[in-house]
Amino acid sequence: MASRTAKWMRLTAAAAVFGVVGAGCGPAGQAGSQAADAAGKVYVSPGTYDEFYFFTSGGYSGNLGVYGLPSGRLLQQVPVFSQYPEKGYGYSEQTRALLNTSYGFMPWDDAHHPKLSQTDGIPDGRWLFINGNNTPRVARIDLSTFETVEIIEVPNTGGNHASPFLTQGTEYVVAATRFSVPTPQADVSIKEFATRFGAMLTFIRVDPTTGRMAVAFQVKMPGYQYDIAHAGKGPSHGWAFFTTYNTEQAYSLLERGASQNDKDYIAAVNWQRAEQCVTEGRGQRTPARYAHNSINDQHIAETRWQTEVTVLDPATCADLVYFLPTPKSPHGVDVDPTGEYIVAGGKLATALPVHSFAKMQAAIQNQAFEKTVDGIPVIRYEEVMKCEVQNPGLGPLHTEFDATGHAYTSVFISSEIIKWNLERCEVVDRIPAYYSIGHLSVPGGDSRQPWGKYAIALNKITKDRYLPTGPELTHSAQLYDITGDKMKLLLDFPTVGEPHYAQALPASLIRDKQVQTFSLADNKDPYAVKSERETRVVRQGTKVHVYMSSIRSHFMPDNIEGIQVGDSVFFHVTNLEQDWDVPHGFAIMGMRNAEILVMPGQTRTVAWVPDRVGVYPFYCTDFCSALHQEMSGWARVSPRGSSVPLSWNKPGE
Amino acid sequence: MMTRTTRWAVGLGALLLGALYLLPLWHIALKAPQYPEGIGMYIWVDQITGQKPHDLQNINGLNHYIGMKPIDPDAIPELRFMPVALGALIAIGLGAALWGRRRGLYLWTAAFTAGALAGLADFYRWGYDYGHSLDPTAAIKIPGMSYQPPLLGSKQILNFIATSLPAAGGWIAFLVLALAIALTMREWRLGRSPAPA
Repeated sequence: MASRTAKWMRLTAAAAVFGVVGAGCGPAGQAGSQAADAAGKVYVSPGTYDEFYFFTSGGYSGNLGVYGLPSGRLLQQVPVFSQYPEKGYGYSEQTRALLNTSYGFMPWDDAHHPKLSQTDGIPDGRWLFINGNNTPRVARIDLSTFETVEIIEVPNTGGNHASPFLTQGTEYVVAATRFSVPTPQADVSIKEFATRFGAMLTFIRVDPTTGRMAVAFQVKMPGYQYDIAHAGKGPSHGWAFFTTYNTEQAYSLLERGASQNDKDYIAAVNWQRAEQCVTEGRGQRTPARYAHNSINDQHIAETRWQTEVTVLDPATCADLVYFLPTPKSPHGVDVDPTGEYIVAGGKLATALPVHSFAKMQAAIQNQAFEKTVDGIPVIRYEEVMKCEVQNPGLGPLHTEFDATGHAYTSVFISSEIIKWNLERCEVVDRIPAYYSIGHLSVPGGDSRQPWGKYAIALNKITKDRYLPTGPELTHSAQLYDITGDKMKLLLDFPTVGEPHYAQALPASLIRDKQVQTFSLADNKDPYAVKSERETRVVRQGTKVHVYMSSIRSHFMPDNIEGIQVGDSVFFHVTNLEQDWDVPHGFAIMGMRNAEILVMPGQTRTVAWVPDRVGVYPFYCTDFCSALHQEMSGWARVSPRGSSVPLSWNKPGE
Repeated sequence: MMTRTTRWAVGLGALLLGALYLLPLWHIALKAPQYPEGIGMYIWVDQITGQKPHDLQNINGLNHYIGMKPIDPDAIPELRFMPVALGALIAIGLGAALWGRRRGLYLWTAAFTAGALAGLADFYRWGYDYGHSLDPTAAIKIPGMSYQPPLLGSKQILNFIATSLPAAGGWIAFLVLALAIALTMREWRLGRSPAPA
């Protein structure tokens, strides 16, 4: 009897596996045994860990998604550029300043490219950088807390898309203009695009110990669109490569106007040469107001306003920039693990061009230039090109690499991944993506030491892949096994926001250094309380500061009287817990703000301006313990000018 | 007089007890669904510590639900008395080894045995007190339930499995005590048999 039940269970389980993996069996649906094989490869049994962390940009959500691979399980969303009420991010007094910009408080952005910090060209698991596209910014996330700790605004830039690609030792993260703008900004006619619009390539220095960013210099470029970047490595270390399109300088209906030239360029920037020119004083210090926001040693975000940048003009710093002609409106630019090959995703081209760094250097030596644009020499195409990969499909975009000399290129229009041999420039395998793949990601796939194993497609269209959810459908990732000669599709999984680029790294690099609690003893927040005895309520004019503690399962104080209508009440909540996975939340009725989630040992402040008389409940929003429902209190609000004295309950009463 | 071997063994055994100043005597480990990684505390000759940095605070935090008094090392006078008693025991042992008379060994063994029994009894008394003297206003009250940790071994207490075992220092103490008793028996026998001609 028992064995029959077990057999039934096995059959049901098998059916479920086929059901899940084979869902929406279209032209490329998998046969049963293949599906079971794939399911086995992505099954991470309950209570065990994934092998890789997978970081996806949230696109228009402004967040960073964190998944486990190979299971595709969503682990966390890290808020970066967008207010995130769930965590009180951008609402609490300690985090609001992270979202300051020269345009004021900015509650949203479009985050495209997560990049893991590197040591010697290999991801090291210290930080993750990500760009804000709309209001140009670069953020840094600490991978021991999964918190955004720094955001720097990028001046003189329109659409920071080619960012934050970084150099092999994390010396610099780069930023660039996707939409050329008058530089500096000015009230000019759009028709003056060719003469008045410009672009900047920005190099942001990263402090090797603290990770702190600072704009080092900007390189002034012709007014094209700068799309994607990658820094050189190994022999090409010291260079950074940026794709350009719209070298036509169209300013309306770009889809046609920017697609006329057979070739646009890759801009090769010698940043070590730039450092020389800056040292020689050839940079021009230019006024620019931009925000530099970071978490200080009190765990409070603060803004430092910057007032100038150093701008380098290639016309006055020879050998700084070269243009490599590249067909046609190239998108991605990717440097292989050896640092020798530079692959461009010529998104409108019929062949996939591969440049050679060695050839580029020889061409520079021999001055094999076809012309000069704004002081920038254009190298002759055949003098820099190693090969054109034939039959790459329609719309190649991005390329990542494995450790065995293969490249994997996402192809948008024909919706597929091609695998090709780097030396021979030959396509050796291709597999469909469902549908319209943008970026793709291989663990370590843009580093000097790819871990390989998987390729992950980040798809724009999902149509029939999942249960439909009205007009807006989920975006998705697809996991492919790349260990064999033939790529194999293993798993579809939905993603939050719209992932553009994504990076993965072995979990072992960061799993064991996760912060479990913040040390209460080291809490330097000026409004922190170290014990319930320090809790109190202080009035300063119309400001009321509540020094509140939370610990399982009560707030102290939890009765507050003497608040008046129109007061600004600051609840400074310190979580006294020193136990892992015991956050406490705080919310009060009628607060036109968000909740706050307070991690153990941390202090978070949220402001409440009561606009009416009454008694208002507050409570813990994080189900913290068996007596979580009891973790609540009341605040009494009296009329303005009331004689009700400020009072609150104290421990032991 | 004790044999030369016994005198050396007594002296070394007494010195070995010095390790109790550096190693915990006892370990109480707690395991619950909410604490798969475990939580627990060590009892030392002069302090009580968590097995992880904040475990003692967290154990006290959990105990407040059942109205147990917080475990406050400063409020336990034995933790000030025990280091002195241990010092005395080491001194008696060393004195006995130097003195060489069997009576010294008997005194050491007797003091050691009495001390160990008193310590265990005291440990039991504290455990009983923590487990039974509960705040009547506690959130969780289960009629007839007490929360006394076991002296030795494992016991289910609500969602926790509490396991109480000697730690390194405790094992050393028992080892040296066993040695003292064995030496005492040996010397006792030797003392009663006629001296060799």
